[in-house]
Amino acid sequence: MGSNIDALTTIFTEFYYWVTVVFMFLIHVGFCLYEVAASRRRNHMHTLMKNTMVIPLVTVTFFFFGWWIYFAFPNGPFINGGINFDAATGARPWDPAMGTNLGDHINGVFWAAFLLFSWTAASIVSGSVIERIRSGAFWILAVVIGSFAWIIDASWGWHWDGWMVKILGYHDAYASGVIHAIAGGFALGVLIVLGPRLGKFRKDGSPRDIPPHNPWLVTLGLFMIYTGFWGFYAACNVPLISPEVIDGQITGVTWTATNIYLAPTTLSAITFNFLMSLAGGMMMAFVVSKGDAFWTYSGGLAGIITASAGNDLYHPIQAMFIAGIGAWCAYKLHYWVERKFKIDDAVGAVAVHGYAGFIGLVIAGFMLWGQPSSPYDGYAAINPLGQLAGAVIMFGVLGFLPGFIVAKILNGMGILRIPRAVELAGLDFEASEAYEAAVAEVNEADKNMV
Amino acid sequence: MSTNGIESWAVDLAKTTAVYPFQGMEFILFLAGVAFWIWWHVVQFRQEKREIDHVTDASDLSSKSKDLIDKY
Repeated sequence: MGSNIDALTTIFTEFYYWVTVVFMFLIHVGFCLYEVAASRRRNHMHTLMKNTMVIPLVTVTFFFFGWWIYFAFPNGPFINGGINFDAATGARPWDPAMGTNLGDHINGVFWAAFLLFSWTAASIVSGSVIERIRSGAFWILAVVIGSFAWIIDASWGWHWDGWMVKILGYHDAYASGVIHAIAGGFALGVLIVLGPRLGKFRKDGSPRDIPPHNPWLVTLGLFMIYTGFWGFYAACNVPLISPEVIDGQITGVTWTATNIYLAPTTLSAITFNFLMSLAGGMMMAFVVSKGDAFWTYSGGLAGIITASAGNDLYHPIQAMFIAGIGAWCAYKLHYWVERKFKIDDAVGAVAVHGYAGFIGLVIAGFMLWGQPSSPYDGYAAINPLGQLAGAVIMFGVLGFLPGFIVAKILNGMGILRIPRAVELAGLDFEASEAYEAAVAEVNEADKNMV
Repeated sequence: MSTNGIESWAVDLAKTTAVYPFQGMEFILFLAGVAFWIWWHVVQFRQEKREIDHVTDASDLSSKSKDLIDKY
């Protein structure tokens, strides 16, 4: 920190990311509430712990190798160059920059902001597989999506130097694809192998509704996710940077906030678009679901997710309409896929995150056609084909395929799904027995003292 | 002597970097951390298998299951 202005910029940036991390914690709180509420009473504790333990497992693995992947893999590797060992030096888990270091004010908070995205990616998958997956199997899948698959896609398409940005003109400022489409695709891959919950489909193949145990808690959880989403949006920006530091084609001396590609944006712009896309998604979902609370809330999320790829550049009314399209498609596709392919996605995660994210990327290709993907010279402009290819890579190549393959391996080892008898008795069977025994014993002891 | 090499704060912060104890052992710490992570998964899988076996071996499971299902 050479001057006072440098010091202020550095400390402001450090504090900015720190605040986003605290906000994003609410996303995980929301997912936990929502999942427990959607599950039946006999599965509550296991459902809660399944998602809760994402926090420590993805955290340690993201420290061990996830963060290094982000800086090492922007070239593919071997698509646009090799592994970038030099750029990833400070992200090695044994590097002094990855610890208590008075010479570095950014690495820890920047790592944490990405880590919270990692939890979100794993948490999105968690809801769709409730009540029949083994926790141990899910936690392996959580590490694969949270500390490996998603951070590869971030390195490719959510990095100023990523090959997808350079070659395809890929633009995904607030992560329609790099978080949501990949997590939705991953969940779909797992669900195909895992199969539906017992009783989900009637003998004639038509689906039954399995209502949430507690609809109020479902909506409270989704409200929490909305709140955390604010932090997520802010964390996608670089808050303050000078043109000399960007070192691109921008002229003049005006400092700015940027998106992850170091292209200029403002918090004001994304606040307009966040709220207008939330509104568009909720309004459309309310209509298409005929006032269903769960789908109205989920439609708000689907709306934001659809508009997110271009929410740094859209007009707010454009964001609203794009969000409405995404929410409508997510609702219709969820039920069509459920009926047609017998996929039991307990919380609609594949639709709300996967299909909406995919559609959002494609729409951004047309809406932002010809606009620069980067402030640097020689990068491809944003275009429909590049966005479509990006959507396929996110949803299919880095999402669906790893989810399907790892689930197949776990299934082949006999450790993916709980036995039928356990599913019927409930995952909390042993814990319930222990609870009832403890209550009976303590009540007996208390009565003997009266 | 101190575990991080700093014995007073009479230092130029511009020249001060890592301050955690036992510097130079980071790679061993990393290996120990990875071993802890893998150990956790192994233990967890064993615990989960024992729990599943407990349920499937439970007496009068179908009757208890019906009671639990009724609770929704």
